[in-house]
This record gives sequence, structure tokens and C-alpha cells, in this order.
Amino acid sequence: MAEIKNYTLNFGPQHPAAHGVLRLVLELDGEVVERADPHIGLLHRGTEKLAEHKTFLQAMPYMDRLDYVSPMCNEHAYVMAVEKLAGIEVPIRAQYIRVMYDEITRILNHLLWLGAVGIDLGAMTMFFYAFRDREDLVDAYEAVAGARLHAAYYRPGGVYRDLPEVMPHYKESKIHNAADVKRMNENRQGSLLDFIEDFTVRFPKHIDEFETLLTDNRIWKQRTVGIGVVTPERAMALGFTGPMLRGSGIAWDLRKKQPYEVYDKMDFDIPVGVEGDCYDRYLVRVEEMRQSLRIIRQCIDWLRKNPGPVMADDLKYAPPKREAMKQNMEELIHHFKFFTEGMHVPAGEVYSAVEHPKGEFGIYLASDGANKPYRMKIRAPGFTHLSSLDEMTRGHMIADVVAIIGTQDIVFGEVDR
Amino acid sequence: MTTDLKILKSNLAEAFGTKVVSLQERLGELTMVVKADDMLSVFTRLRDDADLRFEELIDLCGIDYSTYGSETCEDGRYLADQPHQGPRFATIYHLLSITHNIRLRVRVFAEDDAMPMMDSVIGVWPVANWHEREAFDLYGTIFKGHPDLRRLLTDYGFVGNPFRKDFPLSGTVEMRYDADQRRVIYEPVSVEPREITPRTMREEQYGRN
Repeated sequence: MAEIKNYTLNFGPQHPAAHGVLRLVLELDGEVVERADPHIGLLHRGTEKLAEHKTFLQAMPYMDRLDYVSPMCNEHAYVMAVEKLAGIEVPIRAQYIRVMYDEITRILNHLLWLGAVGIDLGAMTMFFYAFRDREDLVDAYEAVAGARLHAAYYRPGGVYRDLPEVMPHYKESKIHNAADVKRMNENRQGSLLDFIEDFTVRFPKHIDEFETLLTDNRIWKQRTVGIGVVTPERAMALGFTGPMLRGSGIAWDLRKKQPYEVYDKMDFDIPVGVEGDCYDRYLVRVEEMRQSLRIIRQCIDWLRKNPGPVMADDLKYAPPKREAMKQNMEELIHHFKFFTEGMHVPAGEVYSAVEHPKGEFGIYLASDGANKPYRMKIRAPGFTHLSSLDEMTRGHMIADVVAIIGTQDIVFGEVDR
Repeated sequence: MTTDLKILKSNLAEAFGTKVVSLQERLGELTMVVKADDMLSVFTRLRDDADLRFEELIDLCGIDYSTYGSETCEDGRYLADQPHQGPRFATIYHLLSITHNIRLRVRVFAEDDAMPMMDSVIGVWPVANWHEREAFDLYGTIFKGHPDLRRLLTDYGFVGNPFRKDFPLSGTVEMRYDADQRRVIYEPVSVEPREITPRTMREEQYGRN
């Protein structure tokens, strides 16, 4: 009889199912994984070190580049840390805008996740469906921030500017004739809020479509049910948060348990899994999209009725009004000092966490009173989840590794930082 | 939340007594400092005691206090006129109790600045594995009892601990493809150190009136 030996397989760093630059060294016994050793850091840019050499405001756009699938939630954790340390009061309207955009971000993230994990497990159509709907949401990003991906919209003290009253329109081109353009501009006639509301009306039917494609799909279930099971006790020991922890049956959601901004005024439910396998994590995320829509609708209602400032008025932490800056010496000096030297945040340390689409995203910020952070540590949910990959894949087939990486929702921007 | 913190504070004082070096509440967060010698027993009790129950280690990170409170000049060097007092390296643990819905920060200083060393908490929370590897990689802290203390984030064959305050932002080596040798080579960096916005300190009420 032939001698059977374990062999080692390199998975990535250029593998489409590795969701980025993951080099995974798999020790295999036939097709069964004996040990998985993820090598990370191929996208390490030293964000934390860079932030130590930038002013508090300059460090903010780095947050977008961490988890580049859900930029605004990253920003949120950072600006909350600065606000807490400096004691900045955020106007209520800015808080509602932030909550609305956090939930838009959650849908953006879960859509990309659904598309990517679908394609990993052979459900090609999901990718096209998911990206069709993402388009409207990145348009909503673009309308407020000017950028479709790296928004840099939140600021310590509020948000960069108020929601626009008009949406940009498509124009006629070689590709789109007048009739096309008219149809495409139909939901862009009103304000940004009307545009987002139109999305919340359309989208539930689309989620139903996704579920028709996947939830009872035999192949989908064969690939996910009973794969990568994590017990609740083990999930806590492994530091899971977010949908990974809820998939294992623990109803833990920072939006409910330690509410920040105006989440305590929102009405929504937390979906919880039972088995703790890949299929439960999928169901949890799909239901989270529906709950996010509920929150968005409540925010739209409130924002329509309540105009107001969206930025704190403390000139030590927020730039002066443009108009005032052009006319008053005092404001001009503030403007110059604010954008050159930056804000001085009082000495101390703080940890602020948000319920990021992937889990608990936290920023530990230590300041010594200078215009730059002394130490910033990013607590990335993906980092913790990926570190459990060895335990989760052990004893599974090599094809299941793809399903497990997929439902961990890994993005390397935040894992490698 | 504030009453919860008070209860937690008294519970901690009761459970650990003299093992607590300091216990400070600020901005609604509780920070406890313990000695490196006591850390394992303290952490085990923090996890298992019914009044504490910190089931999750949310985060673990290193920190280098050597230039705390120092300004920088234009080439990015620190102007430390008074060297930092006390130990240079510390490890900071952020704990979360799901049962009691409360957070705690624990700081452990490494006694030896030349060779920072402390116990690994992998036995208490398995999640510490990668976090300790990261702190080892970036700060050079050695975690005794860690089964697999390798570099995690930096390049294969990297030299130095990049997050220490004496490590330059530009790094020490740069990489390029050499057409003559037909391979990728490493050379000392050619980047001139510079700082566009120097690090400055201001008194508390600066520009307020």
C-alpha cells in the first residue's frame, strides 16, 4: 500500500476566495484540514503609527482605509473617541445623520459580503444583484461626501455638512438616450432623503429575492449548514463580536446594550442564530439588513422634521463658518490654527466602540495633550475573527475553508491595518 | 452606568486588595493597574469570579511611554527635555463582561525596559494569541508561555520593532527590483526625515479667552 503523507498547501495570497491578501498555509490530510496557519500583514500600512504623526483631524481619513467596505462606521468609532476625550457635544441632528449613515453602511457591507460569499460558494447571480443595490447606496455616500468609497464625512463634533436638498442627475450620453436618462433620474427628483426613502421602499423586495435564491437553496445549504460550528462559550473565549457572536446565539449588540448616539431612541430587533454555523451567520446578516432599513426609515422621518446645526460650535474643535471666516479676523485665526496646528485634545485615554457591520470596532486613543494622538490602537473585529480560523477549520474539508472565511466577513484593510 | 462602575470598583478592591496598584475612574471608564507578577492570578479571577465575569478579552495592545509629553522638531526628532519617569513599556488589556455589560481596562507595566517581559494570557482567553504576537512584533514585548510567538504583521525577515517611539516613521530599509541582479533587493532608506506639522503642547486654557 502506498504511503500516505500530510502535505502543505499555500492558499493565497492571490486567491479570489481569500477576500484580499491572505496567505493561508494549510496542512492537509487528503482533503481534510489538519491545521490552518494564516499569514497576515501583507497589507500592513502601519495606520496606528501614521496616526501618531498626524494631527487628530488628519488621522481621520485613514479610518476609511481600514475596513474599506464600511468606511463610515470606522470613522464613527474614531470621532467618538476624540469627542469623548475632548468632551465635545455633538448636535442631535448630526447624531441622527450618523446613525442613518451607519445603517446605510451596514447594508453596503452586508451586500458586498453576500455577493462575495455567494460567488465563493458558486451562487454567481448574487454578486450582480448585490452590486446593483450597492450602487444606490454609494450614490447616497457621494451625495453627502463627494466620494463614493472613502467618504471622510464624519468629523469630531458632528458631520462635514448637512444633507443636500437635491440629488445629482444623470445626463444624456452615447450610452444612455433621453428615455433612459429620464427613467434613471426618476427617483432623483427630490432631496437626498427622498432618494434614500425610495431605496427603503424598493429594497425589502430585493432582500426577498436574495432569500429566494439562497435561503432554501439545496446547494447553498449543503455548503453552509453545520460548517464552522462555534458554541456560545467558545465564541466568547475567542473574542467574537457582532454577527459572529449573534450567530452563535448570544444576543449581544452594542446598539442595544451600550447605546451610543441616538440608538436608544430607535426601534429595532436583534436577530440571533441557534446553531452557530455558517448558515446561521448568513441568516443573521440578511435579517440585519431588514432591521437596518427600519432604523433608516425612523431617521429619515426625524431628519425631515428637525432642521438644525450638524457641527459643534466650539472653535477649538470645529472649523469656523466659511462666511464668518472671510469677514472676521478672529475666525480667520481660528481657521488657520485649526487646519495647520490642529486641535489639542486633553491628556487621557479612552476606548470607544461601535457596532460595526463586522463586529465591535473600537478605537483606543491615548493623548498626552499634544496636537497628535500619543497612541491609537484599532480594535478590528476581522482580526479577532480570522485568528480563530485555525480552530474553526480543523477537521473540515478544504472547500469548507472557503465557506468559513466567507462567513467570517474578512476584509484585509482592517485585519492588517 | 456610573453606579455600575462604583459597584465594579468596590468589587475589584475587595477581590484583589493589595494586588491593585491603582484604580482610576475617568470619562466613565475604569482603569486598573496590576503588577506583572500578579497578572495571571488577577486575570483568571476576573474571568471566573461571579461578580466580575469578564468573559471576553476585547483587545490587547502594547504601548511605549518613552516620549510621553514630548514635542518634536522639524525633522521629526523628539525633544524630550525630561525623560519619561517609570517603566517604558506596558500592555493594555480591554475586557468586556457580557453578563454584567461592563468594561474594564487593565494596564500591566513591564519592569525591564531593555527586555520587556510578561506572562501570556492565552490560558485565560485564547483570543490573546494573535494580539500577543502583534504586540511582540510591534513593541518587542515577550509573552512568557505563548506557544507560538512569531512576528505577525511585519515582513518575513523584518528587523526591529516598528511601533517603538525610537523607530523612524519611514522605516530603515526600502525595497526595489534590481535589473542587474534580477531580483528584489533591500537598501537603507533614502527618505529624508521631515515633519510638516510638529508635535506641540499647549497649556489647558490656550486661546480660550
